[in-house]
Amino acid sequence: MRQKHILSILMAGLFTLMTAISFGQEHASGAVNTKEGVDEMIDHHLDDSHYFDFFADGEEGKHYGFALPIILIDNGLHVFSAAEFDHGNQVVERAGQHYALYQSKIYKTDAEGTLHFDEDGFPTNAKPWDFSITKNVFVIFLVALLMLLVFGGMAKTYKKQPLPRKFGRFLEPVIVFVRDDIAREMIGPKYKKYMSFLLTVFFFILFLNLLGMLPFGVNVTGNITITFALALVTFFIVQFSGNKDYWKHVFWFPDVHPIVKIILIPIEILGLFTKPFALMIRLFANMTAGHVIIMSLLGLIVIFQNWIAGPAFFGFSLFMMLIEILVAFLQAYIFTLLSALYISSAVEEHHPGSEEEEIPIV
Amino acid sequence: MKLIHDFSFGLFFFQIALIIVLILILKKYAWGPILKAVESREEGIQNALASAEKAREEMANLKSDNEKLMQEAREERDKMIKEARAIKEKMIADATTEADVKAQALIEKAKAAIQAEKQSAMADIKTQLSELSIEIAEKVIKKELSQKNEQMQLVDEMLKEVELN
Repeated sequence: MRQKHILSILMAGLFTLMTAISFGQEHASGAVNTKEGVDEMIDHHLDDSHYFDFFADGEEGKHYGFALPIILIDNGLHVFSAAEFDHGNQVVERAGQHYALYQSKIYKTDAEGTLHFDEDGFPTNAKPWDFSITKNVFVIFLVALLMLLVFGGMAKTYKKQPLPRKFGRFLEPVIVFVRDDIAREMIGPKYKKYMSFLLTVFFFILFLNLLGMLPFGVNVTGNITITFALALVTFFIVQFSGNKDYWKHVFWFPDVHPIVKIILIPIEILGLFTKPFALMIRLFANMTAGHVIIMSLLGLIVIFQNWIAGPAFFGFSLFMMLIEILVAFLQAYIFTLLSALYISSAVEEHHPGSEEEEIPIV
Repeated sequence: MKLIHDFSFGLFFFQIALIIVLILILKKYAWGPILKAVESREEGIQNALASAEKAREEMANLKSDNEKLMQEAREERDKMIKEARAIKEKMIADATTEADVKAQALIEKAKAAIQAEKQSAMADIKTQLSELSIEIAEKVIKKELSQKNEQMQLVDEMLKEVELN
């Protein structure tokens, strides 16, 4: 037991160290040893990328990793490797149109790759439809494949014997937890219909969060696009499973004064959207914040560069790393729990005459 | 502003497509079978517990039945022993009475026999006596011819003797 403890601490330390290496050297232009350099490195890490870099040598401008395919729809389909952009140093020409890579985004430019900026510092150049396999797309496909292998394999073991085996021993209690403490607890007797969604979303977010802890610079659940898509799925499921009571609750309040109704209806309609919006922001903000804190602490090591700050900030970031592992589970749980809660508000049966909300007890 | 700028339609498209496909595939190949297996196992455990409870109840019933049977058997045995004892006592009593009666009868018979013997003996004696008397009388009659007095004397003496006898 004690040995395991030491081992896990060592592992966590190793991961932190590796993260430091990979995060610290991910940035392309110049070494990361100034405040600005750290800022840029953090921004760069949080962004999606067309390259899957394990680490990079900033001083020499070398990247160790692989370029991902770029798929553009702009007067036809253009597929080429991101290596052609050379991390934004080259302008790529396809079918007479020039494309430039700037801060992980592809813009249409002239032959020299000139970008025009607005007052906020964003390029105003037109963008092609970008369906590239970016790092995040690559990772979500990887996680999807992992889930198919893990859970598909787990499902197969039940055919041989009724007890879980291998990873299933760990995963089955988690699945049962999602079923009993999230789905049944929140939704009640109609929970079965939503199990697939809840379980998929729970493990998808959990795996991505945990993958974000590994030193590959993966920050998928801290990407607003991903959380938006996930929240949108919840939103549609909630709206489509809404029963008569739910819509009555939104548009018509049986025992409320007409004037109050006029005030309440817009609030309720707004509420339909704020719920998934909160889901989106919560997951995004929590994961982004975690990554920013860990990398900032690691960045402080580079900035201070002395024997006291080094170990101290290393310790802090190790501590944060452990907290982040907790947060990884917690955020997956919260996203699933709140999705279940919103679904329950949509499918709940209100008995006429009873004031109290029916709380399903299972 | 940065967030809106960050929004990537391509990534959004892939994510939505992936999550929907993933939900559907996992539902068919993973969640469905897993949840079914878990549920059937839970049901199995529930059934096993229920049947164990039932078996225990049956066991308790059997045990109480057994005890009842035992109790009945014991009572039956006691009753039989009691009856047997009564029969034995009655038999002894009957035998005693019968023996008494038989003994009495035997005694009676013996007494009667003795009486009869005595009667016949008496009769015999009387016969002999009369024969003897006749003999004596003969002798007396023979003597009477010579001495009358003496003869009378002799008859008296002899009669006395007979009476004594």
